[in-house]
Amino acid sequence: MLVLEDVHTHYGKIEALHGVSVEVNKGEIVSLIGANGAGKTTLLMTVCGNPQATSGRVIFQGRDITRDMTSNIMRSGIAIVPEGRRVFSGLTVEENLHMGGFFNTKSEISKSQAHVYELFPRLKEREHQRAGTMSGGEQQMLAIGRALMSKPNMIILDEPSLGLAPLVIKQIFEIIGKLREEGITVFLVEQNAHQALNLADRGYVLETGRIRLHDTGKNLLANPDVQNAYLGG
Amino acid sequence: MAAHNLKHALFCAIVTLVISYPILGFNLESQGTSVILEGAKTSTVIGVLLAAVIVFLFQLFRDNVMGSLRQLPAVNPLANRKPMEQSRRLKLESALLTLMVIGALIWPFIASRGAVDLATLVLIYIMLALGLNVVVGLAGLLDLGYVAFYAVGAYTFALLSQYYGVSFWFALPIGALLAALFGLVLGFPVLRLRGDYLAIVTLGFGEIIRILLNNMTSLTGGPNGIGGIPDPTLFGMEFGRRVKEEGNTSFHETFGIAYSSEHKVIFLYLIALVLAVITAIAIRRLMRMPVGRAWEALREDEIAAKSLGLSRTAVKLSAFTIGAFFAGFAGTVFASKQGFISPESFVFLESAIILAIVVLGGMGSQMGVILAAIAVTILPELAREFSEYRMLIFGAAMVLMMVWRPQGLMPMRRIHIELKPQE
Repeated sequence: MLVLEDVHTHYGKIEALHGVSVEVNKGEIVSLIGANGAGKTTLLMTVCGNPQATSGRVIFQGRDITRDMTSNIMRSGIAIVPEGRRVFSGLTVEENLHMGGFFNTKSEISKSQAHVYELFPRLKEREHQRAGTMSGGEQQMLAIGRALMSKPNMIILDEPSLGLAPLVIKQIFEIIGKLREEGITVFLVEQNAHQALNLADRGYVLETGRIRLHDTGKNLLANPDVQNAYLGG
Repeated sequence: MAAHNLKHALFCAIVTLVISYPILGFNLESQGTSVILEGAKTSTVIGVLLAAVIVFLFQLFRDNVMGSLRQLPAVNPLANRKPMEQSRRLKLESALLTLMVIGALIWPFIASRGAVDLATLVLIYIMLALGLNVVVGLAGLLDLGYVAFYAVGAYTFALLSQYYGVSFWFALPIGALLAALFGLVLGFPVLRLRGDYLAIVTLGFGEIIRILLNNMTSLTGGPNGIGGIPDPTLFGMEFGRRVKEEGNTSFHETFGIAYSSEHKVIFLYLIALVLAVITAIAIRRLMRMPVGRAWEALREDEIAAKSLGLSRTAVKLSAFTIGAFFAGFAGTVFASKQGFISPESFVFLESAIILAIVVLGGMGSQMGVILAAIAVTILPELAREFSEYRMLIFGAAMVLMMVWRPQGLMPMRRIHIELKPQE
């Protein structure tokens, strides 16, 4: 579904990704783990075309999107939950969700909205509250809900567990599991390696702009190098 | 503690002396052709010294004074008021709006000519502020050169009428569209800019337009301006005593009433009123439409807005263009009202005042912006007696506003459903 072929990305003159190849198949959960500064977010942003890859190709659903505009990529069936949630804090929960379905018809919006409320009953309770006044976990739910509003085929999550309580993290990961059951492909980027690999069908380990390891989630969890570096021995 | 207070108080007293003595103490007197610096009168010197002593004593015993002041009930009666319930607020707002429109409609028939003229100016500022509200309040783009679009509208009408004899009603849409085009053109270079940088570039743009108008003497008449801009006509009826253009009739002859110069003033006022109402309704509709939400989303978080597939280019340009469009509207009316325009009407201070209206009214709130436009336009007129202290009073009022109500007169509220606690 999503293929990255030998992607190089630069910030100015500095190369952040040195030829990364990643593949996410339809219906999978694929986790990308790595330390701070490994290039995880850069990789995701390259998929979104902001910044664009300097060489290599990004293919989504068989179409080359390497040189597409961000706004066009985000309308073609990918949705991203950006790092740090980034909900529109002055807008209400409902308005945030409506922003997610900006390019859909009204009936589609109300359908997806009902679906999101089913997944996150908490959001229904807070429907008319300003998003900025909610807790971190609720905002993360809202960010995921907002991404789902565009009825994506694939959802990209950038550090959904960032700054959340362990109990809330568990909830979020349960939801991610549910998304797979609904047929949405998930590309998950996490520092919380244990939970991310546990849930994932396959996993990639990114280190200083290169893919170091690539295996199924279970194998990576059992891999002594991964255990040493990312799972605290 | 005491030593620290003493040092601080001494410092404050010296600052008071240093600042106030040159300002109040020296006078420039003209004697014949030369200007002579005169020293202060004894009473002024005593006054300045007294002020320094008061500042010194206040700073010395500041903690005690402020402590006992805090015991007093709050000065601001609105401080502890509970927010109104939404249903009541909506009712109150619509009642207020109806009252305002009715009041505005009968105003010209009860008020003096000068008051009607002033009201026309208020309406022009309302249009401008509502337009800028889209750019600053909703889209969050700080535009300090907004007056440029106002100038484009005004000069479009003035030039078209001077060179081609175009009438007000033709020039109105052309002026607005041309201003919108300028908004679009300015939008492109500033797409990537935000905050301070955006403010500087738009400020520059406003100055460029003004200086161009000033220096293109052959076309615009430069600092001499353009005069003889025609008044609007009502279905071919002119409001002057004698008909200027072939084929037109005059208003007072058609209706068989005595000529009065007030007719024209009232007619202009009514045009401005209709246009202001159109502006308010159009922008209100836009705010409720997806494009309005897109503006707000972009203001709240640009990255998140992009992640949802919104195009930054389209959203920003639409805000600039629509804001400029209504400034063009206002400019055309202004040119027609004044009958004469020059670059002096479009200085930076105008931009600043329009921005002040938006901030004072409450960013994004239409009702607040309308009230602020009325206040900001009328207050300086009322304070005319204070002449040179007018801007000082204006500034003080602004500071007080920002201290007591930083969110503006009537901050923007969202329509929402209120949950009632279960019985």
